[in-house]
Amino acid sequence: MGKTLSEKVWDHHVVRTAEGEPDLLFIDLHLVHEVTSPQAFDGLRQAGRQVRRPDLTLATEDHNTPTLDIHRPIADPVSRTQVETLRKNASEFGIRIHSLGDLDQGIVHIIGPQLGLTQPGLTVVCGDSHTSTHGAFGALAFGIGTSEVEHVLATQTLPQARPKTMAVNVNGQLPVGVTAKDIVLALIAKVGTGGGQGYIVEYRGSTIEALSMEGRMTICNMSIEWGAKAGMIAPDETTFAYIKGRPHAPQGADWDAAVAYWETLRTDSDAVFDAEVDLDADKLTPFVTWGTNPGQGVPLAAAVPDPETFAEESDRTAATKALEYMALKPGQKMRDIRVDTVFLGSCTNGRIEDLRAAAGVIKGHHVAESVRMLVVPGSTRVRLQAESEGLDLIFKDAGAEWRAAGCSMCLGMNPDQLSPGERSASTSNRNFEGRQGRGGRTHLVSPLVAAATAVTGTLSSPADLSGTR
Amino acid sequence: MDAFTTHTGTALPLRRSNVDTDQIIPAVYLKRVTKTGFEDGLFAAWRNDPNFVLNLPQYAGATILVAGPDFGTGSSREHAVWALQNYGFKVVIGSRFGDIFRGNSGKAGLLIAVVDQKIIEELWDFVEEHPAAPITVDLVERQITAEGFRAEFEIDDYTRWRLIEGLDDIGLTLRHVDHIDAFERNQPAYKPKTLPAKVANVD
Repeated sequence: MGKTLSEKVWDHHVVRTAEGEPDLLFIDLHLVHEVTSPQAFDGLRQAGRQVRRPDLTLATEDHNTPTLDIHRPIADPVSRTQVETLRKNASEFGIRIHSLGDLDQGIVHIIGPQLGLTQPGLTVVCGDSHTSTHGAFGALAFGIGTSEVEHVLATQTLPQARPKTMAVNVNGQLPVGVTAKDIVLALIAKVGTGGGQGYIVEYRGSTIEALSMEGRMTICNMSIEWGAKAGMIAPDETTFAYIKGRPHAPQGADWDAAVAYWETLRTDSDAVFDAEVDLDADKLTPFVTWGTNPGQGVPLAAAVPDPETFAEESDRTAATKALEYMALKPGQKMRDIRVDTVFLGSCTNGRIEDLRAAAGVIKGHHVAESVRMLVVPGSTRVRLQAESEGLDLIFKDAGAEWRAAGCSMCLGMNPDQLSPGERSASTSNRNFEGRQGRGGRTHLVSPLVAAATAVTGTLSSPADLSGTR
Repeated sequence: MDAFTTHTGTALPLRRSNVDTDQIIPAVYLKRVTKTGFEDGLFAAWRNDPNFVLNLPQYAGATILVAGPDFGTGSSREHAVWALQNYGFKVVIGSRFGDIFRGNSGKAGLLIAVVDQKIIEELWDFVEEHPAAPITVDLVERQITAEGFRAEFEIDDYTRWRLIEGLDDIGLTLRHVDHIDAFERNQPAYKPKTLPAKVANVD
């Protein structure tokens, strides 16, 4: 029997296998940020250990950092200490770091691909659950905790039990105005937040093949939101073209050897997945969340569901609590929901194509008077690229705020937060209670819906602006 | 890490599903650079409510958390495990857990005991009726017992062995450093390295 993509990559990285023990996997790329690493470096110091492979490790500052006045010292002393601790640790252990103000600084999952460090067939880890993003290149990429960060720093390996495999088959042509974000939100609503638990997922089918690398990253990014260990997409010409010429892409004979290997990274025709899910792209429409987990979503044209309609009691209870928190009523039309803030950015939707798509919608319009719109590029290079294309001016002319790169309002850790009771349309990945700030209410949306919503002040699609709905 | 064989304590019933790690400890509490002091952030958003289960006097001093399905989903923050431990919890019993949270717990020495949701419902009822009743979680026998109550729980063999022996993963892996050395010697030249740093030209 043949192997699936994930099994091939897994098998290439087994350092040691033994009966009754998890496989010991080699880690090719370890990304580090300020929040989940300080205790790991402390552990190394206490045990008198070194970083085994600084040349496979890369640090940046993203979670905790402000997106305004980035050249001034960070105002919050506790945040400042955490960032300074990372700088000190990077210097002590010889790790490359892209600090605030550096051209290559940015959200950890944006800069790996941008530098050409994220490549097919690698194992990639980071103390961050959205590490699944890098799976878009056919890498086996997953989030880890701080104990595991320390383990990778010390040994460049991780003991891992082999997960099961799942195929998500997405076929058909996406209708106009429907994006990768809508695919993954619709998928999570279908399978539930625990639907992928215990699986490495491979997204496949004609719709996935037609997506750009950035769209593929959006989908793989949210694998963790339905519980999957990792999400992967087989590398193809789109992947190779994206990597070629990037700073850390292989060159010359190495490039040819790499591509020859990468071309073997696809699921064999006789391989069998432990589970399969099908999704029909033709029928998808813009998708938005109404609740407090990413699985609580509906098409934008639908209404807030009635908790009584859910079959499982735990779902009914969760929906009732979610509606109470979100201050929504069953039957309320999603399009009638007013928002205070629109957030465009994050490791899910903070790349250049996301900014271009949103700018295309907002150009010639103005952000509604009652709405604050934050546009936060995912990396400093994305910001510079956008500025070179004049996208910053389009956003600023429309009344949006143009910020410096970072995680920003995705996670309520830096100064960009919702106030209690404030409601956002957000291109980020989590609508958990308080995720964007205590008491904040989040609706997850695509960049297109975010831009249209900023203009109208209520959840909207671009078609609503042009009257072509 | 301290060895874990058996623990006896009182329990606290958390009747909620999908308690993600943002609920266990919100991001604003993650700025510390130590592994201690996170107890004040535990379930921070719900602590203001005097009726929240953590604030009920009958459950004060509980060391076993009986959680709902899909506990610990979402963010990879190990701070969620530290917050539970800092507060005094030694065991979390539940029917389904987020993968990363469960892994983190195993590394940090917080026991995750997996049982059917039916057992959770029974435990919730039992604890609410007898909040002061001691419950024993026996890792050697994989059993949860209380007066008139007994259930088996699941945990993978490897994590169980590591917890019982109190072994640290890094030490275990470094026993096989020769395997790592050998693996590293056989890597193709095209694989990327972060050093020396290469950066793109500015347009």
